[in-house]
Amino acid sequence: MEKGAKPRLLTILDVVTILLLVVATAMVFFYAPMEAVMGQVQRVFYFHVAAGWVGMLGFLVAAIAGVAYLRTAKRKWDIVGLSAVEIGMVFALINIVTGAIWARPIWNTWWTWDPRLTTATIMELIYAAYLLLRQGIEDPDRRARFGAVYAIIGFLSVPLTFFSARLFRTIHPVVIGTNQPGAEGAFDMTSLMLQTFMFSLLTFSIIFADLLWHRIRLGRLADKVEQMKLKMAE
Amino acid sequence: MASELPMAKDAPKDSPSSGLRGFMRALGAVVWKDLAAELRSRELLTSMLVFSLLVILIFNFALELDAKTRATVTSGVLWVTFAFAGTLGLNRSMAIEKDRGCLDGLLLAPVDRSAIYFGKTVGNLVFMLIVEAIVLPVYSILYNTNLLQPGLIAVILLGSIGFVAVGTLLSTMAVQTRTRDVLLPILLFPVIIPVMIAAVKASSGVLQGIDMAEILPWLNLLLVYDIIFTAVAFMVFDYVVEE
Repeated sequence: MEKGAKPRLLTILDVVTILLLVVATAMVFFYAPMEAVMGQVQRVFYFHVAAGWVGMLGFLVAAIAGVAYLRTAKRKWDIVGLSAVEIGMVFALINIVTGAIWARPIWNTWWTWDPRLTTATIMELIYAAYLLLRQGIEDPDRRARFGAVYAIIGFLSVPLTFFSARLFRTIHPVVIGTNQPGAEGAFDMTSLMLQTFMFSLLTFSIIFADLLWHRIRLGRLADKVEQMKLKMAE
Repeated sequence: MASELPMAKDAPKDSPSSGLRGFMRALGAVVWKDLAAELRSRELLTSMLVFSLLVILIFNFALELDAKTRATVTSGVLWVTFAFAGTLGLNRSMAIEKDRGCLDGLLLAPVDRSAIYFGKTVGNLVFMLIVEAIVLPVYSILYNTNLLQPGLIAVILLGSIGFVAVGTLLSTMAVQTRTRDVLLPILLFPVIIPVMIAAVKASSGVLQGIDMAEILPWLNLLLVYDIIFTAVAFMVFDYVVEE
């Protein structure tokens, strides 16, 4: 096979991903029963949590790739890290937006400074800073090193941010009262709901793998183009 | 590390690179260099101080700091001031190293790189603490309160350590980028949020005379943050100054 051509396995994965997404969407709308209290808007939940999971997964992968890059100094880990951050950011944003859509009718507000919401926002800002940092560095080697360091530091600060935001709310019960997620808009999943939920998680994980593969491939191709350009210039 | 051991053994006992004593001496030398340079130019501390007072002045009018408001927002005002002034100081302290090629000189020195990191961190911490030591009494006089309480000082110390530990690492990165000083707050503030939340809550707890048991979780959080991030920064600093 010609070098750089799209691998057949990736094409198969594309098709599987699209099929899974179609099935998952159908399950969300037709298979899962309607939640008695919240009604249709509860259906946002399946993709909302799945997107949040993929966001976290992306940032975790970026941190691991950062460690791997610092240890090995292999270019491929830098591409993996950047790819994971980009995908993670998109899904974390989907998570935030779908959450707001759900919160409007259920909590009667688009936004509240609940620990989860706060942490999600700060996480987006951390990785926006990550991209800005990379943009400001021309030397690819240094860009990779700094990116790896910041991906590790940023990921480590996320749980601490969550704890501090939670502690902030528990000591100040003024805001909790009506708006705590456990209190408002909680529900018990029936088995059909649970199946839909699990299927959505699986689907989104596969989407993540598929996108990551595409993005890594893109990164490699971009590297190749860069090298060709350098050769032409010589 | 292990591979360097035989070399260290061969080296004379008072060689700058040998053992803990050598490490402490290298660290002390970096701190001393920063303090001596500052003692002569005084540009870092003066700009941080004047800036701090200006921030408080702006807050005075932006928030109308009357007695009632002050009871709830004093700790917030203080920490925003410290964070801004600290960022200014971190930027300047690293920019001086970079501009005059001092950083390359430091890196050429036959000492452990982490000694340079800890030296710069301690230096930055000293500057920040000096600024805080001046801002606290000034604030106390301006608003007729007493901020010089041991509890508050402990919180400020813990918070500043966390701020400077991460800040020194990130400012070392920021000065080596194209956007330079603009980048530092963008990199620093999102990862420093836990310190800010914990420090503000603990400070206002102390100022409002809340029971120690309720402040303790915040102090623990600050301590955990300080330890984790000092350790991580120590581990990755090598990669940030590598050429």
